[in-house]
Amino acid sequence: MRVLDRKLLRDLRRLWTQSLAISAVLAVGVMIMVMSNGAERSLRETRDTFYERNRFGDLFATASRAPDALAAEILSIDGIMRVDTRISDFAILDVADMSEPAVGQVLSFPASGLPALNIPTITKGRMPEPGQRGEVLVNQNFADAHGFTPGDTFGVTLNGQKRDLTITGTALSPEFIYTIGPNSIMPDDRRFGILWMAEDVLGAAFNLTGAFNAVSVQLSRDADVDAVTDALDDLLKPYGGTGAYPRKDQTSNAFLDAELTQLAVMAQVVPPIFLVISAFLVNMVLGRLIALEREQIGLLKALGYQQVEISWHYIKLALVIGCLGVSLGWGFGMLAGRGMARLYSEFFHFPYLVFVQYPSIYAVSAAAGLLAAGLGAISAVRRVVGLSPAVAMAPPAPTRFRRGLLDHLIVWLKPRQPTMMILRAIGRWPLRAALTTLGIATSASVMIAALFMFDAMDELLDVSFVQINRQDAIVQFALERPEGVLEDVANLPGVLSAEGVWTMPVRLTNGHLTRRIAVEGRRPDDTLSRVFDVETRNLVQPEHGIVLARRLADHINASVGDTVTVEFLTIPDSQHRLKVTGLAGQYFGLGAYMNAEALARLLDQPVQVTQANLLIDPAREHDLFQSIKTAPAVAGLTLLAQVRQSFTDTIAQNAGMTTTINSFLAALIAIGVVYNSARIQLSERARELASLRILGFTRGEVSYILLGELFLLTAAAIPLGLVIGRLLAGAMVASFDSDLYSIPLVVSRGTYGWAAGVVAVASVVSALIVRRRIDRMDLVAVMKTRE
Amino acid sequence: MGSDNSDASRTPIYRMQDLTKTYRTEAVDVHALRGVTAEVPAGEIIVLLGASGSGKSTLLNILGGLDTATSGKAWFRDEELTAKSDRDLTRYRRDHVGFVFQFYNLVPSLTARENVALVTEISSDPMTPEEALERVGLGHRMDHFPAEMSGGEQQRVAIARAIAKRPEVLLCDEPTGALDSKTGVQVLEALHKINAELGTSTLVITHNAGIQAMAHRVVFFADGDISEIRENAKRIEPTEIVW
Repeated sequence: MRVLDRKLLRDLRRLWTQSLAISAVLAVGVMIMVMSNGAERSLRETRDTFYERNRFGDLFATASRAPDALAAEILSIDGIMRVDTRISDFAILDVADMSEPAVGQVLSFPASGLPALNIPTITKGRMPEPGQRGEVLVNQNFADAHGFTPGDTFGVTLNGQKRDLTITGTALSPEFIYTIGPNSIMPDDRRFGILWMAEDVLGAAFNLTGAFNAVSVQLSRDADVDAVTDALDDLLKPYGGTGAYPRKDQTSNAFLDAELTQLAVMAQVVPPIFLVISAFLVNMVLGRLIALEREQIGLLKALGYQQVEISWHYIKLALVIGCLGVSLGWGFGMLAGRGMARLYSEFFHFPYLVFVQYPSIYAVSAAAGLLAAGLGAISAVRRVVGLSPAVAMAPPAPTRFRRGLLDHLIVWLKPRQPTMMILRAIGRWPLRAALTTLGIATSASVMIAALFMFDAMDELLDVSFVQINRQDAIVQFALERPEGVLEDVANLPGVLSAEGVWTMPVRLTNGHLTRRIAVEGRRPDDTLSRVFDVETRNLVQPEHGIVLARRLADHINASVGDTVTVEFLTIPDSQHRLKVTGLAGQYFGLGAYMNAEALARLLDQPVQVTQANLLIDPAREHDLFQSIKTAPAVAGLTLLAQVRQSFTDTIAQNAGMTTTINSFLAALIAIGVVYNSARIQLSERARELASLRILGFTRGEVSYILLGELFLLTAAAIPLGLVIGRLLAGAMVASFDSDLYSIPLVVSRGTYGWAAGVVAVASVVSALIVRRRIDRMDLVAVMKTRE
Repeated sequence: MGSDNSDASRTPIYRMQDLTKTYRTEAVDVHALRGVTAEVPAGEIIVLLGASGSGKSTLLNILGGLDTATSGKAWFRDEELTAKSDRDLTRYRRDHVGFVFQFYNLVPSLTARENVALVTEISSDPMTPEEALERVGLGHRMDHFPAEMSGGEQQRVAIARAIAKRPEVLLCDEPTGALDSKTGVQVLEALHKINAELGTSTLVITHNAGIQAMAHRVVFFADGDISEIRENAKRIEPTEIVW
């Protein structure tokens, strides 16, 4: 081994705590890169494999009743490769272990066996036999939630007829990777199930024998999606077609996409923060090491070593630190990525997990990690190796302090000398102070970016379940009903009040921008579910015209006063021009609202309802559930308390883990920066501090000078970090915004406090570690070393 | 410093009894002090001479409360230094001792005045920084930073800083070691003046034998012990010193 390399190893041994602190920060960046990428790509790969193997549809459409013969015509549309027609509807389920009714989405499969598209993968048991009225295949998560195995039974009300079903098997489907029921915001496997039943059985139950009401198609690669959609819509329109929608608007797929986007954002945004900080740390530590070894560098040059050799020696040190960080990051990243993909695959109900590792991400993360360390080293090396040997071997001139702007402040403050030393040090190295401050600030902002999610969720719950939706339950009717049905509903046991909502599928068009949504007709005096603007905190009562959710208005570039085209999809040739009279802020979905009476006038028919919002007497809940389980007109019941519960449960599950991990990461950055700064300051100022000890300053007083600067910088960094954190949170909110939901930008005082606290504690802890070194400082030895 | 106690009119400022200091290393024990017994009369300038490693710095460090003895005892007036805790030693340095080192050890971020104020702020009865700097002849350089001053000026700031608290003793370890003769003389003049005006006991370690001529007493060190003590019958002014 060459002597220089031996020196390298000794340097590393001497600097191991600092090296490890840098490696750890670097490792986090690499880890998150590898982890998020691994998880994201694995999930994408798993999804794509599942979609392809199980022939997930490209376009979806519904009708009220289309004859089976239409399938052949659909197939003849240019660009369509496969067609699957089926019966799809909702039904109330009566499960023995629940008093309240559950909701099932009932799907038919053909007599020939598996459907042509959206093929469920049987995980247990078998498909039901055609003609067997009492047999059903259920989705695995529903079965798991109730402990069902093949042979178990539960009750179902199909189009008003109650019957018992025997489970023949369980399955997972590409359509229900994210299984979310109607009127829900989170999956709830106990209360929402998928039921596959034989076509003939369902045809008989729903009066759709020889007909279908749902169609999926698979497109050829070169298909013109718009043309196919138009052709399909034309074919279905006479049969109550409401317009085809592409895969990206399919609920399960859309949620999965949103999640994958979040993972990708995480992979892109977080690692650079850590890489930049580690580059800064390498620069700081190496810069100091090199400054201390100035004379040795001069000597090496005098002995005939070339600049390149000397530079390489120090860069190698940085690269060793970099390699350590990269390998730690790789190891943990691979493990965490696998774990994360597994968690996701369980949450999302994939039948298997295709865990893929792309060598490219390892190469890229290694390159990024080593580059960060290398760049940090190069600028530090450049400062010294350029000096001539004679100059390098002489001790550096004492640092020049001059009176600067800060001195006006100092004069005004008239601090004691130790405080003056702190202020002058900051004034002398403003860049270093600024970078240190920024580094510490980053740790606070990482914390905020992680924690504000919980504040956002609180706000979201408050707005969605306290301000907007105040009903206890939503009853979904199988078909449109006259408004008089509300009286029947109100007469059900335990119902305190009932209000109707009339939902109509529409195509909303403004210029060339168009969206397929549902418009809700409401009575202006309804109080159980309100149209609310979260931004202005005002109720928006749609007296006339149409009120759009803000995000919907953004999508079609409409604002208040504009006129938009509303095409009612269930009514032939029903296009109307409506004025946008208000905007509603909301976090879920893209809603549009009209006065029910205005809607009735527009459509020239009496007011209808498709769902009812209920206020329930909890004492008589059970009676209500029993009567709903047998009510023929009811296709679904959503209990808002449970929606809220499953939402908070899901958040709580993630909460503990996320908070712990992010507090750890934030503390790691804070400790990495503060500890390294303090160590470097200590080595730079050992002589000065020893002099003060000799002059009779106590350890506490000397520590004040060294650590006071860091505490001052930390104190400046915390508010800065809180501001950056809020900006970061804003950027995240913007990147998470989707058609399905948006996340409010709310950062609570508690979150600010927690972030500030973690950073402060991390600073104090690193300061205390360094303080121990001050206590052990050998005064005589320090004074003997020449500056 | 004397092994006898002939001058009873003067209470000694330091007394040492069998003072030893041994540095243990992995290979060998280094005996820096081998049982020094002596007394230091108050109010004098005493020059300590001897080869490197003869023990003078070790003794000065122990007397200054910077280092602890391995065995034996040392007293500052009636206080036993060898029995003091680290905290008490800090207190002792703060209240009674002024140090001057070869490499000045000024705080580069503070001006001359502020470097002196560093000490006056924590002392009970200090002179003003201005007065201390006037005494070393730097009244006109008070607002300069160390980097803006010559070595001799910096060392005189260090002396001003050391004397500003009106210490009983001034311990100087090679105060002129880094200086040329002209500036060195200025520094010695400052020490001489302080001793004459304030009666501060001053112990000066030097390798420059010429300096002994300005001392009341010269102590020779060899091999970890005092080999000879010589009292100067006639002292000369620092300006007359030649080296």
